[in-house]
Formats: sequence, C-alpha cells, structure tokens
Amino acid sequence: MFRFILRRLLQMVLAFFGTTLIVYALMFAGQGDPIQALAGERPVTAAQRAYLTEKYHLDATGVGGFFYRYLDYVKNLLQGDLGQSLTGRQIGDILQQAWPVTVRLALIALAVAILFGVTAGVIAGIRRASIFDNSTLVLTLLVLGIPTIVLAPLAQYFLGVKWQLFPPTAGAQPSLYALLLPGIVLGSLSLATALRLTRTSVAENLRADYVRTARSKGLVKRRIVSVHVLRNSLIPVITFLGVELGNLMSGAIITEGVFNIPGVGFNLFRGIRTEDGPLVVGIVSVLVVVYLISNLVVDVLYAVLDPRIRYE
Amino acid sequence: MSDFETVAATENQAARRGVSGEPGTPNQVGAPQKPRSLAGDAWRDLRRNPIFWISLGLVVLFTAMAAVPSLFTGNDPRDCLLSRQHAGPSGAAILGYDFQGCDVYARAVYGTRASLLVGALAALATGVIALLVGMLAGYFGGWVDAVLSRVIDIVLGIPLLLAAIVLLKRVSTSSDNVRLFAVIFVLAVLGWTTAARVVRSSVITAKEQDYVAAARMLGAGNGRIMWRHILPNALAPAIVVLTIALGSFIAAEATLSFLGIGLKAPTISWGQDIDTGRIHMRESATPLIVPSAFLALTVLAFIMLGDAIRDAFDPKLR
Amino acid sequence: MTQSAVQPTPASPTPPGGHLLDVRDLHIEFRTREGVAKVINGVSYHLDPGETLAVLGESGSGKSVTAQAIMGILDTPPAHITAGQILYQGQDLLTRSEEQRRQVRGKEIAMIFQDALSALNPVFPVGWQIGETLRQREGMSRADARRRAVELMDLVKIPAAAKRLGDYPHQFSGGMRQRVMIAMALALNPKVLIADEPTTALDVTVQAQIMDLLADLRRDLNMAMILITHDLGVVAGVADRIAVMYAGRIVEHADVRSLYRAPAHPYTKGLLESIPRLDVRGQALATIKGLPPNLMRIPSGCPFHPRCPYAQQVCVDEVPHDLVLGDGRTSACHFAQEVRDDSAR
Repeated sequence: MFRFILRRLLQMVLAFFGTTLIVYALMFAGQGDPIQALAGERPVTAAQRAYLTEKYHLDATGVGGFFYRYLDYVKNLLQGDLGQSLTGRQIGDILQQAWPVTVRLALIALAVAILFGVTAGVIAGIRRASIFDNSTLVLTLLVLGIPTIVLAPLAQYFLGVKWQLFPPTAGAQPSLYALLLPGIVLGSLSLATALRLTRTSVAENLRADYVRTARSKGLVKRRIVSVHVLRNSLIPVITFLGVELGNLMSGAIITEGVFNIPGVGFNLFRGIRTEDGPLVVGIVSVLVVVYLISNLVVDVLYAVLDPRIRYE
Repeated sequence: MSDFETVAATENQAARRGVSGEPGTPNQVGAPQKPRSLAGDAWRDLRRNPIFWISLGLVVLFTAMAAVPSLFTGNDPRDCLLSRQHAGPSGAAILGYDFQGCDVYARAVYGTRASLLVGALAALATGVIALLVGMLAGYFGGWVDAVLSRVIDIVLGIPLLLAAIVLLKRVSTSSDNVRLFAVIFVLAVLGWTTAARVVRSSVITAKEQDYVAAARMLGAGNGRIMWRHILPNALAPAIVVLTIALGSFIAAEATLSFLGIGLKAPTISWGQDIDTGRIHMRESATPLIVPSAFLALTVLAFIMLGDAIRDAFDPKLR
Repeated sequence: MTQSAVQPTPASPTPPGGHLLDVRDLHIEFRTREGVAKVINGVSYHLDPGETLAVLGESGSGKSVTAQAIMGILDTPPAHITAGQILYQGQDLLTRSEEQRRQVRGKEIAMIFQDALSALNPVFPVGWQIGETLRQREGMSRADARRRAVELMDLVKIPAAAKRLGDYPHQFSGGMRQRVMIAMALALNPKVLIADEPTTALDVTVQAQIMDLLADLRRDLNMAMILITHDLGVVAGVADRIAVMYAGRIVEHADVRSLYRAPAHPYTKGLLESIPRLDVRGQALATIKGLPPNLMRIPSGCPFHPRCPYAQQVCVDEVPHDLVLGDGRTSACHFAQEVRDDSAR
C-alpha cells in the first residue's frame, strides 16, 4: 500500500512538471512580444510592462533563459505566489476569496449527482430493461447531449427569470439557496454519467459468480444486493465521483460565469473576457494542480476500496 | 477428455450467437445475408430503433443546412438594423430579431456551417490520429505500445477546457481562418485518445484472428496485413466513437466561442449568439432559445446516432 | 418397439422414509430472444444419506442447471421450471416459498462452485465471508463467527488458518481458494453438499488433493454429496453411483463398478473408450464423432442418434425410455442390452 502511494506520488510529480511546462511553454515560448500576448488586445502601461518583465524574468532569453523562467514560475507557484493580475490585485488573494464559493458549489453538484444519480443507477441496474431503466437511459442521454452553455442560460431564464423559482444570479455573497440551481446545472452531467456508470456496474455485478455463492449461502436478497453487490459496484462509481469533484472545481467556468457566482471559474471566465493573461495563467496553473491532486487522491481511494489493487 | 469439453463450449457459443463472418465491417451492414451475422443483427436492431431514425434525420437536415443555408431562409443573417432591435416575429423574420436587429432564425441557420465544419474536420483529424496511433500500438505491441499508451494517458490527463483556453489564447488576435483551424487543431490534439484506445483494442482482437495468421503465413507484409485485414475491423468501432466525438466537438467549439476564445464575428457561430442572447434574455428570450435549440439538437443528434449504432453492435450492453 | 413399463429410475430400492433428495421428472427451459432452449428434459435422480452420486456430462448437458434448480438459485428469467418435483426429506422444494427455500440453502443443502476465484467476493476477507454465513443465519456474534471460521479453515486443512483469516481471495492459491469455498459451504453443517466441478479449474495434483479432502469430509461429517463433473477419472475413486447426462436427460444410471465394467449406453461407452489407457499400448484413442446437440433443436427420437454407432431407424423415430437392466441399472437406449453385452466382451 505504501509503495503504491509512493509510486503514484512520483508519477504525479512528473505529471506536474510535464503539464506546467506545457502550460508555460504555450504561454511564453516563441512569441514576438510576450507581454502583449499576456495582455491580448489591451494596451499595456509602462508600469505593467516593467512588472511583467520582472515577474516572469522576460529579460532572460534563449532556451536556457526559458528554463530559468520556467523554474522560477514553478517555484513561485509552489510558494503560492501567483503574482498580480493586470488589474493590480494579487492573484493569490483573488483565489483565496473565490475557493470557498467554488468548493461549496462543487459539493452541491456532487451531492446532487450522488443523491439522484447513484440511487437511480442502482434501481435501474437492479431492474434492467424495466420502464424505469429505459426512461433513465433516454433522460441521461438527453442530459449528456445538451451542452452546459445551453443548459445553464436556459435554466437561468426559465427557472430564474420567467418562473422565478430560484434567484437568477448569485451575487457577491451567495447563499446556499442561491447556489442550488447552479449546483443542479453543474451536477447534471455528473449525475447522468454517475447514473449510467452505476447502472452498468450494478447490472454486471448482479450477474457475477459471487452473487450465486451468496445466494447459495442462504442470505436474504436485500443483504446480497446491499452488501455484496453494492460494495463491488460502487468501486468504479466512487472513483468516478472523486475525479469528478476535481473536474467540478475546475470546470465550473461556464456555470459560475452565467450565474455570476464569484468563484474560481468566474474569475477565470472574467480573466478570459478581459484578456487578463497573468490571471488566466495563474488560475489555470492552480487548477491543473488541483486536478492532478484529485486524481492522486482518487487512485489511493481506489486502492483502499479494491483489495486486488492494494496488494499488487 | 478435456478436449470435447472445449469443443462443446465453442460450439455452444457459436450456436447461441449464430456466428458467421467477422464482426462489424461496415460494408456488411446492409448486405442481406442468410445466416444472421453480427452486422446483420445490428442492422435489424437499428432499423427498428426510432432513436436511430430520428437522429439520422436530424443529421441529414443539419448537414443540408450547413451546405446550402439559403435553402432554409431567404434572409441575410448579416443584414442587421438596430432599429428593429428585439422586434417580434413577423412575415419577414419568422422568429423575430435579436439585440442587433439581425434575423434570429437566419443567424441560427447560417451558424450551422461553422459548427458542423469544426465538428467534422476535428472528428476527421481525430480519426486519422486515432487510427494511426491505435493501429501502431495494437499491431506492434511491445515498447511501441508502452510508449504510445503512456502518451495516451498523459493527454487524457489534460483537462480539455483549460488546455484549450491556454492554446487558443495565443491566436486570439489572429484572422478568422487561423482561429477556425486553431479550434479544430486544439480539439483534435486533445480529443483523439478515446478513439485511439478503441482502435487499439479492436486491432489487438483482430490480430489474434486465424485469417491474419493465415495471411502472414502466405507471406503478406505488415503493411498489407494492416491495410487489408486489420483496418477494416478497427474502422467500425472507430466510426461509432467518432460519431459521438463529433457531437461533443460541436459542443466544445460552441463553448469556446461562448467564452470568446473560439470563433469570433464575422463568423456566425451558435456559441457566440447564445452568449449575446443570454446577456439580453430579460428583454427577449428568443435570441437565446433559438441558437440553443439548434446547438442542442445537433449535438444530441450525433450522440444519439453513435449511441444507437454502438448499442446495436454491442448487444451485451443491453 | 414400445416399452411397456415406464418407471422412474429405480437404481436402488426406495427406503421406507423416502430418499433424502429425490429429483423427479424435472423439465427446465431457457426462454431467450433467440428462442426456447429445452435444457432439462425429464431428469430424475435421487440421493440417500451418506452416499455420493456423480453426475457426469459435457458442458451444456444440464448437470449444473439441475443442481442450481435444487439449490433454487436459477435465474428466472431466462430459466423456467416447467414440470417436475424436487423432494427434500419428502417435501417438494418447488412448491415452497422463496423464504422457506432460503432456509434450506446452506443449512440443509450447500454448494461449491467451479471457479473459486470468481465465486468468492473479491472485496471481502475470506474469514469475513465464511463468518458471514454464521452471523447471518445463526445469529452468531462477530467473535464467535471468527473462531468458528478458523475451525472450519483448519478442517479443510488451510495452513496457519488464524493468520489467513484477514486475507483476500486473490491472495490464495487456486487449491487453497477452493478449500475456502468448501469451508464456507460446511459452515452450517449441511446434510447435502453439491460440488459443481470442484476441481476443473485446478492443476492435476491439486485436483487429487481436493477430491481426497471432499471424500474425507463427506465421510467424517456424514454428508451426502452430489459430485458434478465432466471427468470420468475424477469419479472413480469417490462416487457410489453415477448418472450420465446427455442433452438434458439422464442416459445411464448405475453403480460405479458395473458402469466402468460394462457401460450400457453408447454415449457412456464412447466416453470410457476416449480415456487414454495406460495398460493398452499402441491403440488409437477412440472419440465420439460429432458435437453435442443445439438445445433449441434437439434431434428427434433419441437425442444421441446422430452421433451413435448403434443408431437404427427406431432411434430416429422414438424416444427411448429408461430400460431397467438386471442389476438395477437403467439405460435410456433402445439397444441397452446389446451395448452392455458388447462392452462386457
């Protein structure tokens, strides 16, 4: 178990350097004026130019200079120093304010996915080919096929503006209630995927040989399903939900943007809109790290849940 | 003694499946074969599946719209007059006008082309990469497979939207065509992994078949075996995956355009129009709802089409 | 050529209290999208306390399906029991409620399966899995169940049982895993143990050890055992009687000695002749020509006739009834007498 975690940790460190190098290279390598690239079409003041040059060591040139700059960027990233956005605010401060909101939103979305997705998936898996099963299949296909940029504004319009069941936008200090609709929108995709995954997994495990054994032991059906089948079926589902939590935190760009929720995704959304290069690079770097860590946690979780992997 | 056990087992399976012919070469799909082949079974199932017909109909409709938009509307989507801002439906514009005073319906119709173009070209590029990587990895195995599989793992580990944001930021000031191809490039470079895995596993299966061993014994070279025997087997599952991928590429393009880093004006794209429509939804919702409906229907059509074909070819999922 | 008396397999006289387990004229079909497969077509056999019955046949002959029907663990659909009785201690199990049948499982009749790796739950320790039966069925405490699990693992000769209690199935060797299966099946002291190809997935040397263990346990615990196998070699040392199945029927039913000496059904004869013999040199190994029938299209008359060297027109036209031979054996063959005389020569 210990060796497994160690090996996985090593892989993550490699992936971290690989991904940040790619992100960094894409932003800065081989551009005419890297500062103008960071700022897009915005005019750059002399003060900003001086700050960016110093911050990213843009006076160091050539391949050696590039790696020097990259390592400096990684060092700053690891120390939590993300520099300033073009608006002059510390990116670290922006993120510090934004995280709690994003985490809350992601947890609501995850709760929605677990509450409805996993439950319905178990039922559909047990009653395969029933009306319930077939209708969930069609419904989840619909959800999977409708992009968030359609779902989020339409939910906002119909449920928020037209029928006024939910607040249409969240605002600066969003209440839990204000986050509910965005959470459902954000979680709907996870819900559909979790449902399908649970259904397949339960249906497969119900046919497994060990179920036959459990029946021949004379166990009651409820115990066979709730202990033997569920314990096995939920391994891939829990793993998926773990990865998904990472995705939800980094993937809330559209939802947070549409519903005006001042989270990480919203700041990234705004950074893209206002062509604030340093802000985008900073947030993307942090989100990549979050993504990598959540993948690691999930792998360890997998090993904890499945003894076959633990003792490899 | 164990011999008849195995013989009996294979015979049983053969009887159960009614096997004849190898699974899923696409040109077999419509062929009227007397014993029920897997492809024949699949086609029979498909024909009775209403979802297949509905999604196929939608795909044909949107393809026609992308090819000849003037067939569907007489209005010019770029003919905008601020004086008719948010004007309601009329004989001139059946779904009314948007914030800029453009014909909502005409813009949605003309938006089809960019979406489908990006989706189809990205799917095509993805298919080429996936077939190449999947065939090499599956056919040669060994270190080739090890290296390529690691590459797949790494690319799969990159969050698509974040990477696309970084990549596309670099071309944000470039011309329309450059941006169009940048979007296609980004989607293809980040989106080929699933298809490559599918190709790889079907190549591995095909490689083990007796007729491949026979071809090799007859002196066929690697290239010929891959082209004549392996490729046809890998093609059908790849096409299914790519059909679904095409749908998600269209969704991804719309998302990028929505964020303002994909396609930009004067190119008409649903993503941008949804964004504009969303901002002005309180004044008029039609400019939001119409492109949303077009986008959702297109994406759904491709995903449902792929899903239906896959279900038909993979009956054990039922 | 009509048989006058149709009797249900009287291979041994019915004891006064009836047999311990008595399967009578069982019919089972599998209804699938492709059609209806008649998997079991009138199987009858019985089991008395303390004896071992071997059920022999190819895969698809219905031997496992019959056993699962006895246990009541067939999946319905696709399986449907269309006729017959399964009497346990005189009571027809098929008319009992699901709850009553559950009480029988494990406690009265227990079963072990072919592939212990997939038959054991991969995510629970073996001690937990053995103890689960005791906790759930006997209401034993966790500690007591653990203690009893160690005893059971000792009983099936798993070395260092107490230490291995917390290990997972994949950490055991194939033979040890099968022993865990057996320990689990013995937890509630069943009167009947059904062993469904218990050694098929194992190495030859391990096969012998497991068979010896089963034979010892059967004797020491005074159980009755149904041993399902496709391997005639496994049967010889362990079984008292043999029922040979083909296409969902029992084609021959006899005590082990007389069956080996002189099989009275062409199918059994073919099986015996296809075993390599150490004492005859340079003789070509005989095989049974053809393949087992597709159960959706069972041949008319005797289902074995397309593969049978003795086949005549009557075999195509008429289903042979069980022919009772002199020493109480039965054979479902129109020419049982001739086959036996041939074999004895």
